[in-house]
Amino acid sequence: MKILICISNVPDTTTKIKLTGDNKAVDLANVQWIINPWDELALTRALELKENTANAIDKVTVITVGNAGAEPTIRKALAIGADNAIRVNTDPKDAWLVATQIANAVKSENFDIILCGIESSDYNGSAMGGMLSEMLDLPSVSSVSKIEIEGAKVKVNREIAGGFETVEPSLPFVAIVQKGIAKEPRIPSMRGIMMARQKPLTVLEPVAADALTGFVNYEPPMPKAACKMVDADNVAQLVDLLHHEAKII
Amino acid sequence: MNKILIYTENFDGKFKKSTFEAVCYGVEIARQAGTEAIALSIGDVAESELINLSKYGVARILTCNNPMLSTLDNQAYAAVISQVAKSEGAGIVVFSASNTSKAVAPRVSVKLNAGLVFSVSGLPKSLNPFVVVKKVFHGKAFADVMIKSDVKVISIAQNSFGVRENTTEAVIESISAGFDTSAIKTKVTNVEKSTGKVLLNDAEVVVSGGRGMKSPDNWKPLEELAELLGAATACSRPVSDEGWRPHSEHVGQTGKIVAPNLYFAFGISGAIQHVAGVSSSKFIVAVNTDKEAPIFQAADYGIVGDVQKVLPPLIEAVKKLKSEV
Repeated sequence: MKILICISNVPDTTTKIKLTGDNKAVDLANVQWIINPWDELALTRALELKENTANAIDKVTVITVGNAGAEPTIRKALAIGADNAIRVNTDPKDAWLVATQIANAVKSENFDIILCGIESSDYNGSAMGGMLSEMLDLPSVSSVSKIEIEGAKVKVNREIAGGFETVEPSLPFVAIVQKGIAKEPRIPSMRGIMMARQKPLTVLEPVAADALTGFVNYEPPMPKAACKMVDADNVAQLVDLLHHEAKII
Repeated sequence: MNKILIYTENFDGKFKKSTFEAVCYGVEIARQAGTEAIALSIGDVAESELINLSKYGVARILTCNNPMLSTLDNQAYAAVISQVAKSEGAGIVVFSASNTSKAVAPRVSVKLNAGLVFSVSGLPKSLNPFVVVKKVFHGKAFADVMIKSDVKVISIAQNSFGVRENTTEAVIESISAGFDTSAIKTKVTNVEKSTGKVLLNDAEVVVSGGRGMKSPDNWKPLEELAELLGAATACSRPVSDEGWRPHSEHVGQTGKIVAPNLYFAFGISGAIQHVAGVSSSKFIVAVNTDKEAPIFQAADYGIVGDVQKVLPPLIEAVKKLKSEV
């Protein structure tokens, strides 16, 4: 069995977001780049599945769409434990473009399981995994919080309102994963970092494709009014404020 | 302009407020563009429930009730929605922002060669070119996004538009799935659902606890307050990582994004990732021992104090209020 994990290169989630002077872009100078948190959990889970020898997983591959600047992030995925990596050398302008590039890069690779994070922590698009599965004409299950392999079968838990469903897809398929898929992301070991330098990283040139969406302008969030403080010895006043002033309870 | 198609998601045969919100949004765009809005329901929804869609201004109500579509299969649902979009000549397909739309809308967009914007937070800034606004970086900025394709697919962020009644004489039309349902490639083998609990994504009030709760054994008063207010319970990331509460309760950037009317943060310091998940709440109340905690910058009302000392009198005061009204 072969597993592919799609990786998005995103600013660290603690980044304070600044806009450029003309509000036409997010100022990404001096930003620390990381593996998108959900993609990192997906990679961790794929490695856990591979380490269970009963699962007979030959290869865990990671792919990203990005310029050379994304290389440290995909190298980190190798250091965490992926066997090989692919980078499609283009600017990931929108989900459509990224999905088109990944679909083209992997269409003849016969991956059995493709894992994508449910969104990227930068533009929160929630689109790439679903688009990729449609472009590859594969079944997909989204909001996946658990994935298990039982022989030739794969079982996933899909979150629904108030609980979850167990879903069995036919293979190959795309799982779009969320929190819970793995407990905590793995941190690369020193040995992992050394080994990553030797692992294959294939750079592919993009196919011709256009983005269908584009960011035209940004605005900072509206400033919030100062917090109204209530004395800890007078908690009833809080309820009074919520009832009479905010009219919310 | 081409018609507006709204996918009206149901939950066990019932529509939720988020569905009606998407309907109202689609109806308003249709009004601005001088075209009609059509609702499409998939799955087993009774006529008595379907007709509720006519309260919000749709011109027609289409229903595709095929037993093979009683559980969600992303490929099948996307096939039905995109076929209807094509046969009706829809220019914009509108979803509510739910787990189902995250699963299905991107597939629909590929089938229609349409650009997709998820979680739109207001009416289009312009229809031609088509520009919508959405939050990016989990609310740390807003972005105007242009969709350049002929057909557009969007989903509407919860509680971002509201619901307004506008009754029409819409009739219900049954449609066939129009594809081979035996080709469905996913099977639901088990369903586990808690009943009677207020769901986090639907809740008007959310009562949330963080590390300042000190122990999973201290959640009783928080749950009591939630019950009094008809609220859902939630928690911060360290709490779910420690296993004090289930992952499904984790609110924040990597957990659930919530937008209730009222959010209580008990013993939550307010890390940037947590605030990102709750900043759309109408009012935020924070209780924390540290007066410098960043949560107070996001909050509307705050108390500097120990949650265990603040919760009992708070519960008493809420009980008193409830007995008076």
